Amino acid sequence: MALLRYESQVRPPLVDGNKDYHQVTEDICRPVEAKPSKLWWMGFLISVALLIFGIVSVTMEVIYGTGQWNLNKTIGWGWDITNFVWWVGIGHAGTLISAILLLFRQGWRTGVNRAAEAMTIFAVMCAGQFPIWHMGRVWNAFFVLPYANTRGPLWVNFNSPLLWDVFAISTYFTVSLLFWYSGLLPDLATLRDRAKEKWRKAFYGVAAFGWTGSTKHWQRHEALSLVLAGLSTPLVLSVHTIVSFDFATSVVPGWHTTIFPPYFVAGAIFSGFAMVQTLLLVTRKVLALEDYITIEHIEVMNKVIVLTGSIVGIAYLTELFMAWYSHVDYEWFAFKENRLSLSSPYGWSYWLMMGCNVLSPQIFWFRKMRRNLLVTFFMSILVNIGMWFERFVIIVTSVYRDYLPSAWSTYYTPTIWEVGFYMGTFGLFFTCYFLFSKFFPVIALAEIKHILKRSGENYKEKMDEVEKETTDEFGNKHGHDHGA
Amino acid sequence: MAVKKFVVGNFDDEAVLFPAVKKVRRAGYKIHDVFTPFPIHGLDHAMGLRDTSLHTAGFIYGITGTTTAVSFITWALTIDWQLNFGGKPFFSLPAWIPITFELTVLFAAVGMVLTFCYLCQLAPFVKKDHFNPRSTDDTFVMALECTEKTNEAEAISFLQSIGAKEVKVDYKETGWWLGRYDKDTKRFEKKAEAVH
Repeated sequence: MALLRYESQVRPPLVDGNKDYHQVTEDICRPVEAKPSKLWWMGFLISVALLIFGIVSVTMEVIYGTGQWNLNKTIGWGWDITNFVWWVGIGHAGTLISAILLLFRQGWRTGVNRAAEAMTIFAVMCAGQFPIWHMGRVWNAFFVLPYANTRGPLWVNFNSPLLWDVFAISTYFTVSLLFWYSGLLPDLATLRDRAKEKWRKAFYGVAAFGWTGSTKHWQRHEALSLVLAGLSTPLVLSVHTIVSFDFATSVVPGWHTTIFPPYFVAGAIFSGFAMVQTLLLVTRKVLALEDYITIEHIEVMNKVIVLTGSIVGIAYLTELFMAWYSHVDYEWFAFKENRLSLSSPYGWSYWLMMGCNVLSPQIFWFRKMRRNLLVTFFMSILVNIGMWFERFVIIVTSVYRDYLPSAWSTYYTPTIWEVGFYMGTFGLFFTCYFLFSKFFPVIALAEIKHILKRSGENYKEKMDEVEKETTDEFGNKHGHDHGA
Repeated sequence: MAVKKFVVGNFDDEAVLFPAVKKVRRAGYKIHDVFTPFPIHGLDHAMGLRDTSLHTAGFIYGITGTTTAVSFITWALTIDWQLNFGGKPFFSLPAWIPITFELTVLFAAVGMVLTFCYLCQLAPFVKKDHFNPRSTDDTFVMALECTEKTNEAEAISFLQSIGAKEVKVDYKETGWWLGRYDKDTKRFEKKAEAVH
């Protein structure tokens, strides 16, 4: 006899209000089934406008070459690769929430995982744009694939971190997409079975793959989710590790450090959670989902932000210390003259990064601040800015002053087309997110129902009676036999 | 697969469903399936279903990915076209770990999802008969298969006695067919007679 005790009364409920299964379905399907609001249209149109700006910018770059960007010798990587690393990092929180927290059996993930996973997919889509268009002759982009070509075949360099990146990012995108969509199937079936309009029945009928909710299917679905979570966990760590190898395996002062992999992974989760906060604070308000994405969820994520922010802070200080302690002149110069010194051309960006990523999240040591929505929203933006500057600092302040002072670069500022490309990825990201929030349930329906009787507010209230029962009484009432 | 006759009981609480499943099995009825809006842990065991082997399949796909990556890169860089990268050995296994790992994960994930879809017969445009559309919302639906020996009236009253809210006899197709959910398509439609 295996018993599933109700969750401890000490834990605050994860679903507020007096809900039953049907009410959960109603609440989460409402935004999908209702007409889009004015706010939705506004946001969507702004995103599409940004996307168009991005497409124009990229077109300019394709026609005239990467010379449209202000990259120069020695700054071969500027905004483009900064944005690439930034977007990839943002994706990481989604996988952390959906995979790592599933393995750790964290019930609170159910409220936020669907939206966070969607964020991952869209963020990786945006990230992928940068290295692809940075190639310049983008019509030759398929050269990165190891296909049998007529040049020998001359294979790609499997020893190069840049090629590892090709495999890492494409695997990451594929696995995230599969994980997300397999989780969506049961919820799409719910929408299909509730649908009244013809197009809805047809659309969700195709999208739900004919899901019925059979026990055998659920059994396999659970097995699949668990293994995909087990695969995604090392995958997500490997992805940002490999991204950090793009830098760490080179001999550029400021990049050539061994702590990059954990430092990048922590930073990725840090920035990703900030983006999850930004998105969900708006989503819960606009779609009226405060009962499912509660203040508890926000607080827990703020705790992750202060933890990972502090890890990132320690990483900054460690690399600084090592630059000095190593007695490598070039390394120490890169840190002292190119970053620390406020009078150096990019000194301001180093301190902006320090302020946003290390100092400002410390505010979340206070419970009041963790539970304050305005502070959280403001902080989430600040962290995203800070994490963008982290990548900018790593890339630009390391390459603009080379070993050869005569090759030291002039001050690098992006052109309108570089900025436009970046804005365009925002357009892509939010266009996708708006469409997702309109046509798909932003909260995992089946998973919320799964935890409802353990963590729902109205069920928790009844727990006092339950706790008075002896284990045997409880078992007879609620237990089930695994043998039978 | 074919159209079969079922006694369908609808439950509104999994706490009622669990003992009901046990009682139904003890009484000797054959449970065709139980449809639930979310996964209920232990229900598969209570119904006497065997564990899934999907994990094993995933493992096999994974090691397929590993061997594919290692053998292909080894062949490409040591046999087919030896390239000197900074004087390093042609067979530089440590540098291949990242791609090997990624392909392991990729093969395992893609293979498992495809196997899952195959086993559960899930694909776009697949249509199946529903016992109760609310089984994806808040109803737990138990379908008992009727054989020649089944006394339907008895089965209905038995299901009612163990907590089913709504019980009825229904004919359902057990397989899948290609169709759309906005149209009432059946698996075996009569083909139009050829015009002579």
